Amino acid sequence: MRQIAINEVTIEREEHLLRARQAAREASSAMGFNLVDQTRLITAVSELTRNVYNYAGRGVVTLEKVEKNARSGLMVTVTDRGPGIADIELAMTDGYSTGGGLGNGLGGCQRLVDEFDIRSKAGEGTVVKIVKWQS
Amino acid sequence: MQKIPIIKIGENLIVSLQFDIDDSSAVGLQGDLLLMIQKTGATGVLVELSALDMVDSFMGRMLSDITRMSATMNANTVIVGIQPSVAITLVELGLRLEGVHTALNVEAGIALLEKLRTAKAGSGHETDSDK
Repeated sequence: MRQIAINEVTIEREEHLLRARQAAREASSAMGFNLVDQTRLITAVSELTRNVYNYAGRGVVTLEKVEKNARSGLMVTVTDRGPGIADIELAMTDGYSTGGGLGNGLGGCQRLVDEFDIRSKAGEGTVVKIVKWQS
Repeated sequence: MQKIPIIKIGENLIVSLQFDIDDSSAVGLQGDLLLMIQKTGATGVLVELSALDMVDSFMGRMLSDITRMSATMNANTVIVGIQPSVAITLVELGLRLEGVHTALNVEAGIALLEKLRTAKAGSGHETDSDK
Protein backbone atom coordinates (compact mmCIF):
# COMPACT_ATOMS: atom_id res chain seq x y z
CA MET A 1 0.00 0.00 0.00
CA ARG A 2 1.38 3.37 -1.05
CA GLN A 3 0.90 6.27 1.35
CA ILE A 4 1.21 9.95 0.46
CA ALA A 5 1.09 12.53 3.25
CA ILE A 6 -1.55 15.24 2.78
CA ASN A 7 -1.86 17.11 6.03
CA GLU A 8 -1.28 16.99 9.77
CA VAL A 9 -3.19 18.79 12.51
CA THR A 10 -2.23 18.97 16.17
CA ILE A 11 -5.15 18.89 18.60
CA GLU A 12 -4.51 20.92 21.74
CA ARG A 13 -7.36 23.39 21.93
CA GLU A 14 -11.04 23.22 21.12
CA GLU A 15 -10.73 25.28 17.94
CA HIS A 16 -8.30 22.68 16.60
CA LEU A 17 -11.31 20.41 16.10
CA LEU A 18 -12.50 22.92 13.50
CA ARG A 19 -9.06 22.82 11.90
CA ALA A 20 -9.12 19.01 11.76
CA ARG A 21 -12.58 19.04 10.18
CA GLN A 22 -11.40 21.64 7.66
CA ALA A 23 -8.38 19.46 6.80
CA ALA A 24 -10.71 16.47 6.24
CA ARG A 25 -13.04 18.66 4.16
CA GLU A 26 -10.19 19.91 1.96
CA ALA A 27 -8.51 16.51 1.53
CA SER A 28 -11.72 14.61 0.72
CA SER A 29 -12.89 17.30 -1.67
CA ALA A 30 -9.48 17.52 -3.42
CA MET A 31 -9.50 13.73 -3.85
CA GLY A 32 -12.89 13.92 -5.52
CA PHE A 33 -14.96 12.02 -2.94
CA ASN A 34 -18.71 12.41 -3.45
CA LEU A 35 -20.58 14.72 -1.12
CA VAL A 36 -21.93 11.95 1.13
CA ASP A 37 -18.48 10.42 1.58
CA GLN A 38 -17.02 13.86 2.27
CA THR A 39 -19.62 14.37 4.99
CA ARG A 40 -18.92 10.89 6.42
CA LEU A 41 -15.19 11.65 6.57
CA ILE A 42 -15.59 15.10 8.12
CA THR A 43 -18.01 13.69 10.70
CA ALA A 44 -15.74 10.73 11.53
CA VAL A 45 -12.77 13.08 12.01
CA SER A 46 -14.91 15.30 14.22
CA GLU A 47 -15.92 12.39 16.45
CA LEU A 48 -12.36 11.05 16.77
CA THR A 49 -10.75 14.41 17.44
CA ARG A 50 -13.36 15.31 20.04
CA ASN A 51 -12.53 12.06 21.84
CA VAL A 52 -8.86 13.05 21.81
CA TYR A 53 -9.60 16.53 23.10
CA ASN A 54 -12.02 15.34 25.80
CA TYR A 55 -10.13 12.31 27.07
CA ALA A 56 -6.44 12.83 26.24
CA GLY A 57 -6.21 16.62 26.07
CA ARG A 58 -3.93 16.55 23.06
CA GLY A 59 -3.12 14.46 20.04
CA VAL A 60 -2.26 14.47 16.36
CA VAL A 61 -4.34 13.84 13.24
CA THR A 62 -2.60 12.85 10.01
CA LEU A 63 -4.30 12.61 6.64
CA GLU A 64 -2.79 10.47 3.92
CA LYS A 65 -3.78 9.40 0.47
CA VAL A 66 -3.46 5.64 0.20
CA GLU A 67 -3.30 3.51 -2.93
CA LYS A 68 -3.88 -0.22 -3.06
CA ASN A 69 -4.88 -2.51 -5.94
CA ALA A 70 -5.52 0.45 -8.25
CA ARG A 71 -7.88 2.02 -5.72
CA SER A 72 -7.22 5.18 -3.81
CA GLY A 73 -8.56 6.21 -0.46
CA LEU A 74 -8.12 8.66 2.37
CA MET A 75 -6.55 7.35 5.56
CA VAL A 76 -6.85 9.34 8.75
CA THR A 77 -4.77 8.42 11.78
CA VAL A 78 -5.62 9.94 15.14
CA THR A 79 -3.00 9.42 17.82
CA ASP A 80 -2.92 10.44 21.47
CA ARG A 81 -0.90 9.62 24.55
CA GLY A 82 -3.89 9.93 26.84
CA PRO A 83 -5.24 7.51 29.43
CA GLY A 84 -6.08 4.87 26.82
CA ILE A 85 -9.24 2.78 26.66
CA ALA A 86 -9.46 -0.11 29.12
CA ASP A 87 -12.25 -1.98 27.36
CA ILE A 88 -12.36 -1.21 23.63
CA GLU A 89 -15.32 -3.48 22.94
CA LEU A 90 -17.37 -1.66 25.57
CA ALA A 91 -16.24 1.75 24.28
CA MET A 92 -17.41 0.81 20.78
CA THR A 93 -20.93 0.02 22.02
CA ASP A 94 -23.60 2.53 21.04
CA GLY A 95 -24.89 4.38 24.04
CA TYR A 96 -21.77 3.80 26.12
CA SER A 97 -20.06 6.99 27.23
CA THR A 98 -17.86 8.11 30.08
CA GLY A 99 -17.63 11.63 28.72
CA GLY A 100 -21.20 12.90 28.88
CA GLY A 101 -21.82 12.53 25.15
CA LEU A 102 -24.46 10.44 23.47
CA GLY A 103 -22.03 7.53 23.26
CA ASN A 104 -22.35 7.17 19.49
CA GLY A 105 -18.83 8.41 18.79
CA LEU A 106 -16.64 5.34 18.22
CA GLY A 107 -19.22 2.80 17.11
CA GLY A 108 -20.90 5.39 14.90
CA CYS A 109 -17.59 6.45 13.43
CA GLN A 110 -16.85 2.87 12.40
CA ARG A 111 -20.08 2.76 10.39
CA LEU A 112 -19.06 5.87 8.43
CA VAL A 113 -15.83 4.45 7.01
CA ASP A 114 -14.62 1.33 5.17
CA GLU A 115 -11.81 0.39 7.51
CA PHE A 116 -11.53 1.10 11.20
CA ASP A 117 -8.69 0.02 13.41
CA ILE A 118 -8.29 0.98 17.04
CA ARG A 119 -5.34 0.17 19.28
CA SER A 120 -5.18 1.30 22.83
CA LYS A 121 -3.28 0.52 25.98
CA ALA A 122 -4.37 1.78 29.39
CA GLY A 123 -1.96 4.49 30.48
CA GLU A 124 -0.22 4.76 27.11
CA GLY A 125 -2.70 6.18 24.66
CA THR A 126 -4.85 5.36 21.67
CA VAL A 127 -4.33 5.15 17.92
CA VAL A 128 -7.34 5.07 15.61
CA LYS A 129 -6.88 4.53 11.88
CA ILE A 130 -9.75 4.93 9.45
CA VAL A 131 -9.81 4.50 5.68
CA LYS A 132 -12.46 5.50 3.19
CA TRP A 133 -11.96 4.09 -0.30
CA GLN A 134 -13.14 5.92 -3.37
CA SER A 135 -16.11 4.23 -4.96
CA MET B 1 -15.76 31.52 20.27
CA GLN B 2 -18.13 32.98 17.74
CA LYS B 3 -21.35 34.80 18.55
CA ILE B 4 -24.25 33.47 16.47
CA PRO B 5 -26.90 36.10 15.70
CA ILE B 6 -30.49 35.41 16.76
CA ILE B 7 -33.23 37.23 14.87
CA LYS B 8 -36.76 37.71 16.20
CA ILE B 9 -39.59 37.75 13.67
CA GLY B 10 -43.08 37.83 15.14
CA GLU B 11 -43.29 35.15 17.80
CA ASN B 12 -40.30 33.23 16.48
CA LEU B 13 -36.57 33.35 17.03
CA ILE B 14 -34.52 32.47 13.98
CA VAL B 15 -30.96 31.21 13.97
CA SER B 16 -29.06 30.39 10.82
CA LEU B 17 -25.78 28.54 11.20
CA GLN B 18 -23.74 29.79 8.27
CA PHE B 19 -20.42 28.17 9.12
CA ASP B 20 -18.89 25.29 11.05
CA ILE B 21 -18.92 26.33 14.72
CA ASP B 22 -16.85 25.10 17.63
CA ASP B 23 -18.33 23.43 20.70
CA SER B 24 -18.25 26.48 22.96
CA SER B 25 -20.00 28.60 20.33
CA ALA B 26 -22.71 25.93 20.20
CA VAL B 27 -23.07 25.97 23.98
CA GLY B 28 -23.06 29.79 23.90
CA LEU B 29 -25.87 29.75 21.35
CA GLN B 30 -27.90 27.46 23.61
CA GLY B 31 -27.70 29.96 26.48
CA ASP B 32 -28.31 32.98 24.23
CA LEU B 33 -31.45 31.37 22.79
CA LEU B 34 -32.91 30.70 26.24
CA LEU B 35 -32.18 34.28 27.35
CA MET B 36 -33.86 35.58 24.18
CA ILE B 37 -36.92 33.38 24.85
CA GLN B 38 -37.12 34.83 28.35
CA LYS B 39 -36.62 38.41 27.14
CA THR B 40 -39.01 38.31 24.17
CA GLY B 41 -41.55 35.68 25.19
CA ALA B 42 -40.99 33.98 21.82
CA THR B 43 -42.91 30.71 21.47
CA GLY B 44 -41.03 29.33 18.48
CA VAL B 45 -37.37 28.69 17.67
CA LEU B 46 -36.20 27.91 14.17
CA VAL B 47 -32.65 26.66 13.60
CA GLU B 48 -31.53 26.68 9.98
CA LEU B 49 -28.63 24.34 9.08
CA SER B 50 -28.53 24.30 5.28
CA ALA B 51 -24.99 25.69 5.16
CA LEU B 52 -23.63 22.93 7.41
CA ASP B 53 -21.89 19.98 5.77
CA MET B 54 -21.61 18.12 9.06
CA VAL B 55 -23.68 17.42 12.16
CA ASP B 56 -21.75 15.21 14.57
CA SER B 57 -22.88 13.66 17.85
CA PHE B 58 -22.06 16.82 19.81
CA MET B 59 -24.07 19.04 17.48
CA GLY B 60 -26.86 16.45 17.49
CA ARG B 61 -27.00 16.52 21.27
CA MET B 62 -26.99 20.30 21.22
CA LEU B 63 -29.98 20.37 18.86
CA SER B 64 -32.01 17.96 20.98
CA ASP B 65 -30.99 19.84 24.16
CA ILE B 66 -32.12 23.16 22.63
CA THR B 67 -35.45 21.53 21.79
CA ARG B 68 -35.99 20.26 25.33
CA MET B 69 -34.74 23.40 27.06
CA SER B 70 -36.90 25.66 24.89
CA ALA B 71 -39.89 23.41 25.56
CA THR B 72 -39.51 23.98 29.30
CA MET B 73 -39.78 27.70 28.49
CA ASN B 74 -42.92 27.22 26.40
CA ALA B 75 -41.21 27.45 23.02
CA ASN B 76 -41.26 24.86 20.24
CA THR B 77 -38.13 24.24 18.18
CA VAL B 78 -37.96 23.26 14.54
CA ILE B 79 -34.69 22.34 12.79
CA VAL B 80 -34.69 23.09 9.08
CA GLY B 81 -32.44 22.71 6.05
CA ILE B 82 -30.62 19.49 6.91
CA GLN B 83 -28.61 18.47 3.82
CA PRO B 84 -29.21 14.98 2.35
CA SER B 85 -25.60 13.97 3.04
CA VAL B 86 -25.98 15.13 6.64
CA ALA B 87 -29.24 13.18 7.02
CA ILE B 88 -27.52 10.00 5.77
CA THR B 89 -24.55 10.49 8.09
CA LEU B 90 -26.74 11.22 11.12
CA VAL B 91 -28.58 7.94 10.69
CA GLU B 92 -25.40 5.92 10.06
CA LEU B 93 -23.85 7.50 13.12
CA GLY B 94 -26.82 6.17 15.06
CA LEU B 95 -27.99 9.57 16.28
CA ARG B 96 -31.60 9.85 17.26
CA LEU B 97 -32.77 13.43 17.34
CA GLU B 98 -35.54 12.46 19.71
CA GLY B 99 -38.34 14.96 20.18
CA VAL B 100 -36.81 17.22 17.54
CA HIS B 101 -39.19 18.67 14.95
CA THR B 102 -37.74 19.09 11.47
CA ALA B 103 -38.89 20.76 8.27
CA LEU B 104 -37.39 20.97 4.80
CA ASN B 105 -36.80 24.72 4.71
CA VAL B 106 -37.43 27.97 6.58
CA GLU B 107 -40.87 28.49 5.06
CA ALA B 108 -42.08 25.00 6.01
CA GLY B 109 -40.47 25.42 9.43
CA ILE B 110 -42.36 28.65 10.15
CA ALA B 111 -45.60 26.96 9.05
CA LEU B 112 -44.87 24.02 11.39
CA LEU B 113 -44.18 26.38 14.31
CA GLU B 114 -47.52 28.06 13.61
CA LYS B 115 -49.25 24.67 13.59
CA LEU B 116 -47.57 23.62 16.85
CA ARG B 117 -48.64 26.92 18.44
CA THR B 118 -52.24 26.42 17.36
CA ALA B 119 -52.24 22.81 18.58
CA LYS B 120 -50.89 23.88 21.96
CA ALA B 121 -53.47 26.68 22.28
CA GLY B 122 -56.20 24.14 21.37
CA SER B 123 -55.06 21.55 23.91
CA GLY B 124 -54.82 24.32 26.53
CA HIS B 125 -58.53 25.10 26.09
CA GLU B 126 -59.42 21.44 26.43
CA THR B 127 -57.51 21.19 29.70
CA ASP B 128 -59.34 24.24 31.00
CA SER B 129 -62.77 22.90 30.06
CA ASP B 130 -61.91 19.52 31.61
CA LYS B 131 -61.59 21.12 35.02
